[in-house]
Amino acid sequence: MISVLRTSPRPGGTGPTWRFNWVGRIGLAMILFWAFVAIFAPMIAPYPIGEIADWDYFGPMSGQFWLGSDYLGRDVLSRILVGSRYTVGISLAAVFVACAGGVILGMVAAVMGGIFDTLLSRLLDAFNGIPSLLFGLVVVAAVGSSIPVLVLTLAAIYLPGAYRFARALSVNVNAMDFVTVARARGERTPYLIFREIFPNILGPVLADLGVRFVFIVLLLSGLSFLGLGVQPPNADWGALVRENIEGLSLGAPAVIFPCIAIATLTISVNMFIDNLPKKIRDRSE
Amino acid sequence: MTQQPLVSVRDLRIGAVTDAGRKVEIIKGLDFDIHPGEIVALIGESGSGKTTTALSLMGHCRPGCAITGGSIRVGRHDVAAMSESARAHLRGTEVSYVPQSAAAAFNPSKRIMEQVIEITDIHGLMPKAEAEKKAVELFRALALPHPDTIGTRYPHQVSGGQLQRLAAAMALIGDPELVIFDEPTTALDVTTQIEVLKAFKSVMAAGGIAGVYVSHDLAVVAQVADRIIVLKGGEIQEEGGTEDILHRPAHPYTKALLAAFEPVPHVPATRDKAPNEAPILQVEHLFAGYGAVRKGEPDVKILKDVNFRIERGKNLGVIGESGSGKSTLARAVAGILPAYRGAMKFDGAELRPDLQSRSKDQLRRCQMVFQLADTALNPAQSIEAILSRPLAFYHGLSGRAKAARVAELLDMVHLPAAMRHRLPGELSGGQKQRINLARALAAEPELILCDEITSALDTVVAAAILDLLKELQSELGLSYMFISHDLSTVEAICDEVLVMLKGEVVEQLPAARMAADAQHPYSRLLISSVPQLDTGWLAGLDRAG
Repeated sequence: MISVLRTSPRPGGTGPTWRFNWVGRIGLAMILFWAFVAIFAPMIAPYPIGEIADWDYFGPMSGQFWLGSDYLGRDVLSRILVGSRYTVGISLAAVFVACAGGVILGMVAAVMGGIFDTLLSRLLDAFNGIPSLLFGLVVVAAVGSSIPVLVLTLAAIYLPGAYRFARALSVNVNAMDFVTVARARGERTPYLIFREIFPNILGPVLADLGVRFVFIVLLLSGLSFLGLGVQPPNADWGALVRENIEGLSLGAPAVIFPCIAIATLTISVNMFIDNLPKKIRDRSE
Repeated sequence: MTQQPLVSVRDLRIGAVTDAGRKVEIIKGLDFDIHPGEIVALIGESGSGKTTTALSLMGHCRPGCAITGGSIRVGRHDVAAMSESARAHLRGTEVSYVPQSAAAAFNPSKRIMEQVIEITDIHGLMPKAEAEKKAVELFRALALPHPDTIGTRYPHQVSGGQLQRLAAAMALIGDPELVIFDEPTTALDVTTQIEVLKAFKSVMAAGGIAGVYVSHDLAVVAQVADRIIVLKGGEIQEEGGTEDILHRPAHPYTKALLAAFEPVPHVPATRDKAPNEAPILQVEHLFAGYGAVRKGEPDVKILKDVNFRIERGKNLGVIGESGSGKSTLARAVAGILPAYRGAMKFDGAELRPDLQSRSKDQLRRCQMVFQLADTALNPAQSIEAILSRPLAFYHGLSGRAKAARVAELLDMVHLPAAMRHRLPGELSGGQKQRINLARALAAEPELILCDEITSALDTVVAAAILDLLKELQSELGLSYMFISHDLSTVEAICDEVLVMLKGEVVEQLPAARMAADAQHPYSRLLISSVPQLDTGWLAGLDRAG
C-alpha cells in the first residue's frame, strides 16, 4: 500500500493539489543526498583520495576507516565520496545530453517525416550497430581521456536508442488530430515538437531516461576498468568495484560498498522518475 | 405478468472515489425488473449511468467504481453478493455482453471463429467441432454473408457492421438468458445500422432471450425495445412501455429527449448580398487521394471530380456513409491533404492545395473542426492554453487582452470562464466539442469546416451544439461546410446538401426539399435509412424490402 499525502493542504478547495508518494520521496532524498556528496566531497572526505592510510590491505570496517580499506590500504569511504563526483556528474551529464539530443531529433524526424526521417533513422541505426565498448575504446584511444570526452562518448553511444524510442512515441502523437489542427493553423516545427508533442511523450521519455542512466553508469564503470575512463588515482564507483574485485573472496567491504553506492543511486533515480509528483484535480472544481 | 422476472434489481447503488479522494455516487438507488424474453432499453445522456448499470448486471464495475449497496438478482444468482470467481462463471453462459466498438473488442491477430467460440472453451460447454457448427448457425441467423467461411477470416477482413454482428454471435454462443448491448450501433452508418438491428431483433426473438439495450438514440431504441427506462444522474426518471414513452412522455427530461429529435427547420440566414460578391468557397474539378504520389497522382484516389460552391453566409451539408470521401473533401479544402488536381477559390482568390503555400490569413479565414474532440484537443494543455494559441498566433494578442478574449470565447460557446484552468480530460464530450469550436472561432474565421462534429454526441447535447452553431452564424456571419452521416442534423442546419458516394458527388439539392426531391437511388436509400420515432418503422422496412 502506497501512502498518499498532500504537500499543500487546500485552503477552501481552490488551487491544484499535488500527490507525491513515499517511494518517490525516498528516491528524491537519495538523489539529493548523492548530489550533496558530489558537490562537497573534498570537504567531507576524511582522507585525501590517493593517500595510503592503512598498513593493512582490504581492512575491515573500523572506527578509523568506516568502510574499511582497499587493495592498497586507501580509505574506501573517501574514495566513494570523491568517486561520486565522477559517477553522478559524468553519468547525469551524459544521460542528459543523450536523451535531450535523441528526443529532439526523434520528434523532429516524426514531425518532418520524408527523406529527413529516413536518412537520420538509417544513419543512427548504422551507428547503433557499433559495439558500445569498442566505440568508446576507439574514441578515447584517438583523442585521449578527459571528462568532456567521456561525457560526449557516452552520450553518443546512448543517443540512437533515445532517438528511436522518442521517434516511435512521437509518430503516434503526430497522427493525432490536435497536431493536425496545429499544422492546419500554420504552426512551424519547433512549436509542434515542443508544445504539442513533447508534453504528451514526457512520461515514457522520463522512464526511458531512468533506464538509460543505469546503463551509462555501468558502461562508465566498464570504461574505467579498461583504463579508459576516469584516470587514477581518481576513480568512479565502477572502477572502485573493479580494482577491489579480488577482495570479494576476503569479504572485504572495499568491494561491497561501491556496489551499494551504485545500487542506491540507480534505484533511487528510477524510484523518483516512476513516482513523480502528480497534480491531482477534481472534475467538479 | 405473473411470471417471475429474470432480473430484479433493488436499490442498486454504485459509487466511485475520485483522484482527490472524494466519494461520488454514480447510481443512486435503482429498482427495475427484466422479464424473460423482454428487451429493456436504458437511455439517457452520457454520464447518466446507463452503461454502469448495464455492466453491473454482470457484476462488473469499471476500475475505481464499486457496488456499494442493493441487490442484483439474475436468474437464481445474487450478482452483487457473489465472489469474483463465481461471477466469472456466470459471464458468457447466463449473462453476456456486446460492446460498443466490436472493432476494439476483437483481437486482430486471431481468426474470428476462435474468438467467437472462446466462451464455450472457457466454460467447457461443448466440444470444439460442435461449437463451430453452432457458431455457423448463429452467423446464418444473424444474416452474415458466407456463414460457412466467415469464421476463418481475421477481424480486419470484415466490415464494421459485420463485426458488430459477429460480436453478437460471440455473446450468444453460450446460450445466455440475458444479453447486454452497449450502444452496439452508435458507431455504424445508418444503412449498416438497419441490417444490424434487424439481425439482433430476429435472433433475440427466436431464442426468447432477454436483453438490456443501452443507447442514447431514442429512434433506435424504439425499434428493438419492449420497455424503456430513462436515466439521468444515476436515477430513474421514467419507466414504461416503448409506445407510452414515445407518445406520452411524462418527465421533462424524456420530453427534452423527444424534442431534441424533432428537427427544427433551418431558416436561411438573410443578409444583403453585395453586388457581384464572390462565393466564400468555390471548388472546381477537385481530385484528391492518399499514398505515395507517382506521376502526379496518388496511389489511392478518393475524390473524383468534385464541384461545388458555398455562398457567403450559407451552409453546405455533405452526406454519405463512411468511406464516401466526406472527410477527405474537408481535408482537401483545409489543405491538410493537398488535392492533386482541380482548383479552389476562397472569397475570389486562389486557394493553393497545400498548407505551406497558403498565406497565414487564408489559413485563419478557413478553420476546421474535427469529429472527435477527444483527439482534437491536446490532453496536456489547459483549455486556456488551447484557446490562447490561435489568438497569439493569428492576432498577436498577449497578456490581459488575450485572457479577456479567452473568457469571451468561452462565453460565446456557453461555458463558464472558470473552465479555462481545466485540462481537456476533465470535460464532458459536449463541453470538449464546444472548446473545439471555440478554438476555431478564436481565429475569427469566415468559413468553418465541421467534420461530423455532432456524431459522437448524445441527441440532446448534439441539438444544443447545433443551436449554438446557428446562433454564432447569425452573430458572426459565418458559413459552414457541415459533414455528417446524420441526415436530420444536416437538415437542421444546411441550405444545400451534397450527397457523396465513393468519392463522387451524386447529387446536390436544397436541404429543405431533400426528402421530396432526391432523385439518385443512393440518396433515397440514405434518406429512408434514418430511423424514425415509430416502433413499427423497422418492421415496415421489412415489408418494403
